[in-house]
Formats: sequence, structure tokens, C-alpha cells
Amino acid sequence: MAERTYLQAISEGLRQEMRRDDRVFIIGEDVGVYGGAFKVTQGFQEEFGQWRVIDAPLSETAIVAGCTGAAIMGLRPVAEMQFADFISCAWDHLVTVAAKQRYRAGTPVPITVRLPSGGGFSGGPFHSQNPESSFAHIPGLKVVCPATPADAKGLIVSAIEDPNPVLYFEHKHLYRRIKDEVPEERYTVPFGEARVHREGDDITLVTWGAMVYTAGEAAQKLEEEEGLSVEILDLRTLIPWDKRAVLESVEKTSKALVLHEDTRTGGFGAEIVATIAEEAFEHLDGPVSRVTAPDTPVPFSPPLEKAFIPQVEDVVAGLKELAEY
Amino acid sequence: MAIAREAEPVGSLSEIKEAGLDREDLLGIFRNLVLTRGVEDRGHILYKQGKIPGSFYTGRGNEAAAVGVATAMGPEDVGAPLHRDLGVHIVRGVEPWRIFAQFMGRIDGPTQGKDGNVHMADARLGLIAMVSHLPAMLPVAVGCALAFRIREEKRVALAWFGEGASARGDTHEGMNFAGVRRLPVVFVCDNNQWAYSTPTHLEYACEHVADRAKAYGFDGVVVDGTDVLAVYREAKRAIERARAGEGPTLIECLTLRMEGHAVHDDAFYVPKEMFEEWAKRDPLERFRTWLRDNADFADEEEEEIRGEVKKLLNDAIKRADESPLPDESTLLDGVFASPEDLETPHHK
Repeated sequence: MAERTYLQAISEGLRQEMRRDDRVFIIGEDVGVYGGAFKVTQGFQEEFGQWRVIDAPLSETAIVAGCTGAAIMGLRPVAEMQFADFISCAWDHLVTVAAKQRYRAGTPVPITVRLPSGGGFSGGPFHSQNPESSFAHIPGLKVVCPATPADAKGLIVSAIEDPNPVLYFEHKHLYRRIKDEVPEERYTVPFGEARVHREGDDITLVTWGAMVYTAGEAAQKLEEEEGLSVEILDLRTLIPWDKRAVLESVEKTSKALVLHEDTRTGGFGAEIVATIAEEAFEHLDGPVSRVTAPDTPVPFSPPLEKAFIPQVEDVVAGLKELAEY
Repeated sequence: MAIAREAEPVGSLSEIKEAGLDREDLLGIFRNLVLTRGVEDRGHILYKQGKIPGSFYTGRGNEAAAVGVATAMGPEDVGAPLHRDLGVHIVRGVEPWRIFAQFMGRIDGPTQGKDGNVHMADARLGLIAMVSHLPAMLPVAVGCALAFRIREEKRVALAWFGEGASARGDTHEGMNFAGVRRLPVVFVCDNNQWAYSTPTHLEYACEHVADRAKAYGFDGVVVDGTDVLAVYREAKRAIERARAGEGPTLIECLTLRMEGHAVHDDAFYVPKEMFEEWAKRDPLERFRTWLRDNADFADEEEEEIRGEVKKLLNDAIKRADESPLPDESTLLDGVFASPEDLETPHHK
């Protein structure tokens, strides 16, 4: 084990996979000479050369669609979007071609698209979004949202191995802030298995990505101040998502809250809430609730952005209300 | 002012021999043209008989463009042909009965009933199935070429698009990237002059779509898409250039869409004189005349080919009609790929 930041863990996973499998290549804007806007691929071009770490023109569609073509020809492409927000430019390709090619034409598309996502540093409306739900809605795409360095590494390897298009959301706010022990060897983390971030008995809190840490702080505070025991499930992957782990936890606690940094309406939380309502209704002692960003673009100025992104106190308030129900 | 080169017709048998085709190949091309049109004509009848659900599209007028380009492809080359390019599937060897099964939504169609009309491909034959959004497959073909470049393989990818789709951003992104990296790809524009009801002057303001090639750093050529040999010669040249590491080419095949966008459309918006003019340049008739004038094409040879095609079509329709419709239980199958699905020729 070695201590790695979340960013170093992603980088290490990619590097090990590229050393192990010469079918893996990276393509994106500024990923080569510059090492990526966030330096995830720093030093990669020196090691692997300019045809395995490809600086692409500013062409998100050509990048992601190019990955699809290369994947169909037998390679294992990893595309980097400079910011997750820019995936909107390749949305058409992912949804129209990549997601449907296996179902309708029998041609698998094993591509990984890395998406630096999330806010918290005044990135403004176009460098802060969490667009996971719009892809989770599309049959044929997988959606991955690691929260810990160990998962970041294991899930990037699993994403590359997976025979389907995988959207790998890496939260920018975790890049250098979160550090933890990470196994040095190559390993995978399976899709669809939630991680218990904190055990508890009174309320189930379901979340993913950077919100795992916001949830952790809120739970800690409530345990200290109110003696409330909150169980935090980190979903790790949204497609597929670990329905069983969520339902089992809700059966134990009888109360559930879903927390996400994405906006509210049609967010992935709505799917989880609906599933709990449908499948664990008889176990519930309170309304299944949500703490999310409001339905606005992500604002730029610090006080507005702070009001937009769910904060520890918002989660505390949501959990308290549910506990008192 | 045209920027792209305007290709000349092929004058003689010796000229086409130089381009790589012997007399037997030429008869094969004639057979593929007749078969392509035959599948579409018979498909149209099946549609009218209510045996084909949804809609039905033909490539009438585009047969020579499709067959000419596909004939120039190497066995290891790949491409993503469009709905006017049935001839590409024919040349690559897709069996007609499977095409009819596809049209009819049967399980033996290449998409097993999951998709319709020419939205199909047999990956083993180097083809990638198109989608309705055009030219979505163009940057995908560029990605195939990127894979060939990365692995240093002497293979070429073919990317088809229409003059209507030339107005979309995918065209620009794909061509720009291919030009920047000099990838082994050939762009083929099926310019049939009508994107549904929209004429060319409402799609682009340059003289030829192929004029744009220069701006992307490679060559453009306009070829008469009703002249199968000229199309073949230009495609062959472009493909071999790409194979030799000399980068992309944009070939614009000029034709007229001789029917509506799909069978429901009577194409009232196309001037009658235009149809009359282009009817004189029917690709099959044109090549038949060329063969008679230049290659001693005999009546018996033609009859033999037409007879073989007719029998093939009759058998194909019968066999396709025996193929079952998909069972409802297969609805959920195949949304996600399993690792075994990667064991196709292309995924290795």
C-alpha cells in the first residue's frame, strides 16, 4: 500500500493498464505534451509515445467517436474530456452510436470516457457540472463515480476492461484534497457494488462522488450532537447501481435520504427514491427524501456556488428532519 | 470556381486494366450492379405487399457509386456505408437473403430485428452499421483509421456521407482530425443533390463538397457517380494513397436520387427535366453500353448474369420469408455487451 491522492490513483491505474495492455491508448485535448489540464496524464507521452497519448484537436465528437471506431477495430481507447461539461458536445455520438451499437448491430463499443466533474472552486456554469443522470437514462451506457482513491484506481481499470461504453466521472474537488492508502498492484473494483462508507442504524444516506465526504461530516456531527446513527452508502457506480445494498440498508434503518451534487429534477436520486418507494414501502417510517443542488445552472460567485452545492449543514438539516419524522 | 479535381471518364479496356480490373472483374461489377438494383426493386415490392414494416429506402441512381467504391476496397479495409449504398454490402458479400430478412424484421437479418432497412452490417466483412443521424459514422470511420495508424497496419477506412450531412459538424470534426493526423481514410460523399426535399444550394455555398478537402489539407475529387469505372478508378487511387501513408482523400460522387427520400415520398419537388436528364445516365445502362462498346459484352453473357441474379433473388426472398420474427423474450437481450462479445474479428 502507498498513500495516493485521488488524482494520483487515477493516473496510476491508467499507467499500469497502458503498460500491461498495448491496446489501451489515451486521446484528448492537451493530454500529451501538457499532461492534461489537471495533469492526470503527466509524463505519459514520454513513456508511451505520441500515438498512444494523442493530443487531439478541439473536437469532442471526433475524440469520442474516434474512440468508438478504434474500439471496434480492437483497441481500448480512453478519452479525456477536459471538463465533464464538454461531453455535451459528444452527447450525440455517445447516445446515438456508442450506446446502441451493441443492441441493434451486435457490435460492442469498449470505450472509457473520463469526465472531470463537479464544482466547489468557482468554475462557473461550464466547468462545474455533474451530468451523470442524462447518461444514466440512456440504455447501453455505464456510469461510474468513484469517491475514494482506491476506488478511483480500481474502477478506471474496470472501466477499461468493460466491453461497453463507460462514463467515468472523476470529481475535480477530490483530485488533490483526498488522499488514502491505495494498493500498488493492478486490481479491479466491480461495477454495481456499493461501499459502506459508514455504518449506522437510524437513517440510510445514499450518495456518490464528492458528496460522500459531505455526508460523512454531517453524519459525524449528528452522531456527536444528537446521538443519531447514519449509514452512508457510497454507490461507486450508478449504472449499474447496487439496488440490493440500498434496499437492505433501508430495511434495517426504515428511513432513507439521497444526496447528490447534481440538480434536483430528474437527477439520479429520483430513480433511487422511486425504487425505495416501490420496493421497500412496507419498511419505511418516513418519506424518502433528497438533498440536492437546486434546479439552476452552476453559479460562479463563491456565495452563490456555496448556496448551490449541498453543504454539510444542508445534509444535517435534511437528516434531522427525517429523524424527527 | 471549383477547387477539387474533376475526374475524367474511363476511356478503354486497357485503361481500366491499368487500374486493376480484368474482364472477369468487370462482369462481376455488372452482376453486383444488377443484384443491388434487384434487391431494392424486390424490396420495394415486398414493402407494397406489406411484408416490410416501417419505411423503405432505395439508392436508385447511386448503385455505381456504391459498387465502384466497394470494388476498390481491400479485403482488410473497413467502412460504414449508408442507406443509398446497398451495393457496398453486396460487393462485400452480404447474402441477399439476410438483407431481405433485415428489411422484414426477421431474426436472420444482421440486426436480428433490432433495427431496420439498411441499418445493418456484417462486421466480419469489414462493415460497420450506420445510424440515422448523418454523418455520425464519419468520425467513427476516422477512429478506425486511427487504430490502423496506431498499430501501423496497412488498412484503410471508408467513410460515407451525403451532401446534406456535409452541413453537420461531425463532417468537419472528422475531416479536420483526419487531415491533421494524415489518417488512412477515404471520405465518400454520395451527392445525390437532394437531402429529402432540400436542394444542394441550401446545403452548401461552395461549388462542390469536395472543394472543402483542400481546406482540411488533403485532395478532393469530383467524379460522375453514374460511371462505375471512373468511381472505381478514383476510389482505388485514393485508397492506395491512404494505404501508402499519404493521408485522406475526399471523393464526391455526383448522382441524382432517382426516387423519393423513402417510398412514401413522390419527390414532387425535383424538376421533371432533372429526372429526364439523369435517366439518360442510368448507371446500369451506362455500364452495359460501355461493356458492349469496349469489352465485347455479349447478349448470352448478360442473360446468364441476369438469370443468376433473378434466381438468387427468388431464393433469397423465399428463405428470408421462412426466417421467424423475433420472439418478444429477446427484447431485453444485448443492451450491454459481455466480454465474449468482444471475440469478433474486429475486436481482436
